[in-house]
Amino acid sequence: MASITIRGVKKNYAKTQVVHGVDLDFASGEFVVILGPSGCGKSTLLRMIAGLEEISDGTIAIDGTVVNKLEPRERGCAMVFQNYALYPHMSVAQNIGYSLKVAGVPSAERAQRVQAVARVLELEHLLDRKPMALSGGQRQRVAMGRAMIREPKVFLFDEPLSNLDAKLRVQMRSEIRKLHRRLSATSVFVTHDQVEAMTLADRLVVMNGGRVEQVGTPAEVYSRPASRFVATFVGAPAMNMLEGTVTLDGLSLLGGSRKLNVSRTGLPVGAKVAVGVRPEAVRMVAPGTPGALAATVDLVEELGAGRVVYVDLDGAPFSIVTSETVHPEPGSTVGLQFAEADLHFFSSETGARLDVFKASVPEPVL
Amino acid sequence: MVERTPILNFFTHLILFVGFVFCVAPFVIVAIAASHNLKDVNDVPMSLLPGSDFWVNIKTAWTTADLGPKLLNSFIMAFGVAAGKVIISALTAFSIVYFRYPGRMLMFWLIFITLMLPLEVRIVPTYAVVANVLEPYQAIMDLTGLSWLIERVSGVQVSLSLGLLNSYSGLILPLVATATGTFLYRQFFLTVPDELTEAARMDGAGALRFFVDILLPLSRNNMAALGTIMFLWAWNQYLWPLLITTDQSHAMAVTELKQLIPNVGGAPEWHIAMAGTLIVMLPPLIVVVLMQRWFVRGLIATEK
Repeated sequence: MASITIRGVKKNYAKTQVVHGVDLDFASGEFVVILGPSGCGKSTLLRMIAGLEEISDGTIAIDGTVVNKLEPRERGCAMVFQNYALYPHMSVAQNIGYSLKVAGVPSAERAQRVQAVARVLELEHLLDRKPMALSGGQRQRVAMGRAMIREPKVFLFDEPLSNLDAKLRVQMRSEIRKLHRRLSATSVFVTHDQVEAMTLADRLVVMNGGRVEQVGTPAEVYSRPASRFVATFVGAPAMNMLEGTVTLDGLSLLGGSRKLNVSRTGLPVGAKVAVGVRPEAVRMVAPGTPGALAATVDLVEELGAGRVVYVDLDGAPFSIVTSETVHPEPGSTVGLQFAEADLHFFSSETGARLDVFKASVPEPVL
Repeated sequence: MVERTPILNFFTHLILFVGFVFCVAPFVIVAIAASHNLKDVNDVPMSLLPGSDFWVNIKTAWTTADLGPKLLNSFIMAFGVAAGKVIISALTAFSIVYFRYPGRMLMFWLIFITLMLPLEVRIVPTYAVVANVLEPYQAIMDLTGLSWLIERVSGVQVSLSLGLLNSYSGLILPLVATATGTFLYRQFFLTVPDELTEAARMDGAGALRFFVDILLPLSRNNMAALGTIMFLWAWNQYLWPLLITTDQSHAMAVTELKQLIPNVGGAPEWHIAMAGTLIVMLPPLIVVVLMQRWFVRGLIATEK
């Protein structure tokens, strides 16, 4: 178990900078997920922790020891790769035990520890197989076993589930979570899949363009996104965003075509803002209901348990997630209603969150 | 994809068959000639029905040219060249693909240039170096005045000399030092996923450990292919062994075949010569047959 301290870490490739000064603290035993779109520098950051990439500037410390100049093997990290990276010519047992062999652990002890790890991962009957003869999920488990056997201080996961099919992914997700509870080693998990991120994380780090956008528990990130980017990136379907201007009695939306009455925003009149509301927080009402925005239905997606209604609000796309058994016809008009407390305000210029309803935001239960 | 084109199939098979006949016919004739006696082999035209003296001729050829020790010599030399190539090429390709160091590209091109300078082109300077391996150093010392200085100070005249003529090292080393295998390995190493390298690093394996534990086992098909090709190539070397082996104890089987070729004025014993040829051809054939499975896999790049 180890804490990780990242201070002012930057990464340059020749002239392009991919990580722009990241400061993070991961507590001992924590499961941290780094979430971001591809190219945001999340994998690079992970690889810098692992020691596979040089750190251009700043420091990374594991358990208080700066590891910038240390070889991967001296850092006490183990990593699970996206494509598993199993040694194709070695059996499962040899794959799992390879790090011990390199470390010079006698073969009797090695076999014993491989057995122990295989038991945890339910790989005992596959120990003599070659990776080629394994299914995707089994290979994934072998890759985890290879990381586990070293009893590392830190587990690093580089999008390990992205090659699995949807069902297996859900299964491996809960297995990883269980494994973490059991070993309670500090874990850093990189992914672009927000469902994976939300379900796995003790704490979520959202990255974009080489910068950290927000750090917080999944619930915090979901209910109080720190920026417009986080708001639209976390949550599916994405949060609805409407451009508007603050007026005396509320907001003028979409170039003045719509009005929204909002009490005490506390924002200067005339300020340009983006107003966000989660599709889950929108209610559909009969058109013409006082205070509701009228919109035209474009498309209804049936999800079984509920449905996603895509509507058109004077040209702006808008989506609603509802569990009611309503089935609005495409082309019909519906009214949209939402609580003031569910509105998120972001600066149109910087994208930063503008805090207006601090006192009244309830903590949603996930 | 299943194609149903019987006419095309017929013609492709016909072409293959004609090619096969062209390739095999000379060997068949050699084998038939080796089975005739002195009179039959010199008939014009020679009878294409096999004679009955095959084993007698083989035995005669074996004893006349003293092929036993020569085949052993050839085997040592060809095996040495093949093994040397496999090892040196793997190491150089490993260095070029996996390490970033100043002058890496220069090294790459220097190795590449050796492809354009086969042994036959540089045979005179190579002979000079093999005759005295230390001669280049002597030359450097003479030019820089170092040997003069040493002679002045200690009174010892510097004359470095280490000859490799008539030795296995002299036969093998100049044939090992070329680039043919490096590129085969390089192409293969470039297809090894980076994640594998990184996984090995995370597992604590250093560069050499990774090379021995991961890369070499993965490239065993390449090694087999390269080893086979190089064994054949070295076995069939003629000019170089002829040049540097003046001593019978280091003579090669291929060069010694000339012992069996009838001299002017001697009996035209072509049946013996052909029998000798067959014997000399046999070891490479065995190597190819044994290595064929690996050999083919190593030359087609994709496995899976």
